[in-house]
Amino acid sequence: MERVVSRAGLWFVLLILAVMAMAAAQDSGFAAHMAILAIAALTGLWLSIANADYGAMARGVLRMPSDPSRYDDDPVRWGVIATIFWGMAGFAAGLFIALQLTWPAFNLEPYLNFGRVRPLHTSAVIFAFGGNALIATSFYIVQRTCRARLAFPGLARFVFWGYQLFIVLAATGYLLGITQSKEYAEPEWYVDWWLTIVWVSYLVVFVGTIVKRKEPHIYVANWFFLAFILTVAMLHVVQNLDMPVSLLGSKSYPLFAGVQGALIQWWYGHNAVGFFLTAGFLGMMYYFVPKQAERPIYSYRLSIIHFWSMIFLYIWAGPHHLLYTALPDWAQTLGMVFSVMLWMPSWGGMINGLMTLNGAWDKVRTDPIIRMMVWSLAFYGMSTFEGPVMSVKSVNSLSHYTDWTIGHVHSGALGWNGMITFAAIYFLVPRLWGRDRLYSLRMVNWHFWLATAGIVFYAGSMWVAGVTQGLMWREYGSDGYLVNSFAETVIALHPMYMMRAFGGLLYLAGAVILVWNIWATILGKLRSEAPMTSAAYDPEKDRPAVPAQSAQGD
Amino acid sequence: MNPHSTYETLRQFADSWGLLILVVAFVVLTAWPFRPGSRDYHRDAANMIFRDKNDGE
Repeated sequence: MERVVSRAGLWFVLLILAVMAMAAAQDSGFAAHMAILAIAALTGLWLSIANADYGAMARGVLRMPSDPSRYDDDPVRWGVIATIFWGMAGFAAGLFIALQLTWPAFNLEPYLNFGRVRPLHTSAVIFAFGGNALIATSFYIVQRTCRARLAFPGLARFVFWGYQLFIVLAATGYLLGITQSKEYAEPEWYVDWWLTIVWVSYLVVFVGTIVKRKEPHIYVANWFFLAFILTVAMLHVVQNLDMPVSLLGSKSYPLFAGVQGALIQWWYGHNAVGFFLTAGFLGMMYYFVPKQAERPIYSYRLSIIHFWSMIFLYIWAGPHHLLYTALPDWAQTLGMVFSVMLWMPSWGGMINGLMTLNGAWDKVRTDPIIRMMVWSLAFYGMSTFEGPVMSVKSVNSLSHYTDWTIGHVHSGALGWNGMITFAAIYFLVPRLWGRDRLYSLRMVNWHFWLATAGIVFYAGSMWVAGVTQGLMWREYGSDGYLVNSFAETVIALHPMYMMRAFGGLLYLAGAVILVWNIWATILGKLRSEAPMTSAAYDPEKDRPAVPAQSAQGD
Repeated sequence: MNPHSTYETLRQFADSWGLLILVVAFVVLTAWPFRPGSRDYHRDAANMIFRDKNDGE
């Protein structure tokens, strides 16, 4: 009872503070955010006063097993559902802005114009979809590989809910026009501080679990996850060193200005790609690919080389976003050289993942989940080859500011991050909900092909669009004047933009099939369907193609 | 120390000792898994994820 009262008291104080901050807010955006905070506090207050066993309620609604396991899997289950939910929101937002670029009438002023929905899309897919997938899978993997329950279970739940609050504040902020205008770091100062608290808690839970492990060796997937958590903490804090105008207002000014600010921005931005979208997802790869293939990683030593090379090289590659700018020339060259060197560890990692299937390549044909994993590794290889190429100064002079960059990002995000996350979801859900198998394996196959076709349309159209754009921008006539106006390049790209939107539609359609499949799996349904491989065993045909020589010889 | 000499000092450190420390650290860390007798250790580490048949479920 005492615990209920003190908990309710805490929520009540938070509610009062939020309401007071709302009343004294300097701008309407900050007031709206404080209203969201007040609603969150009110929900917490109601739940603690009602004193309901909401853990049991959630387990009932989400059909979760009542945790008989030796591991703490409730936050993982919530995380899987949150991943799918935010993924759908992010993919739909992406399709919407692709349509806006094709047909400007879709810009609904002021809340749903391109400038506001675009950061909503990038943050939703990277931080909401990707971030929830990373938190959920890291909690799953660290427990299994350490053979220990999560340390600080209360804090782990705070990490989950605190991260969802961060997402809601960030997303609503973009639509309300609250932004500090730094790419992939748009949320304003108070949301940044909140994320810092949540992220440090995440670090504490993760490291705490490693510390209490019963397995002497720390499996390599955990190295990647730890590097991801630590580096993102560092990047986030340095990138968001801002001075708020008022403690009750949403506006702040950055500490770094000019070219220093630009370098910090792309040191942050590129390492967000390197450590959020690469190191973290490699942690998933190094666990789920061997598990699904039922064979150990091809070379454990190569995975360690992969790890240290990525750590030492990635952090210097950021300046390739600032070629031909006011950044000192030596720094530009440094960024380019390190980007090219980064190609080697990336391909080392790709080969390590792919060769894990050595001797079991038939699984690519028979197991659509393995096929998704192989495809994601192939896209990891392709985009980590394309990236170094684009960071070479002469190539960058053509590709920079064009849609080629957008195509590159999406072959990495849709191909590598998306596919490995879908594969991880298909791996996890039957295990987490205690089901024999997925609702349907054939629907996984459909998802795979829709997503693949979507990526082909997306990346293909953006390559053509980017090179077209780059060539049209730089073309000048014998009189020394540029030949094309900007509007002419926009007209030339219109068909490509339609194809891009179509690709996005296919990718979204694949994800809808995922939702259906996962939903039915959680409900415990099993689709009766023909098996994926129908090649029946025929003893008559099971003989060597070339008859043995000795049988005929003598 | 004026800003220009701060830049020079940091730049010279980065070019000399900083570079050396990072290169040596990198070489040691990547060579470490190849020390003699570590083959079995790494094979065991790679197979560690299969030891619990039921994944604790």
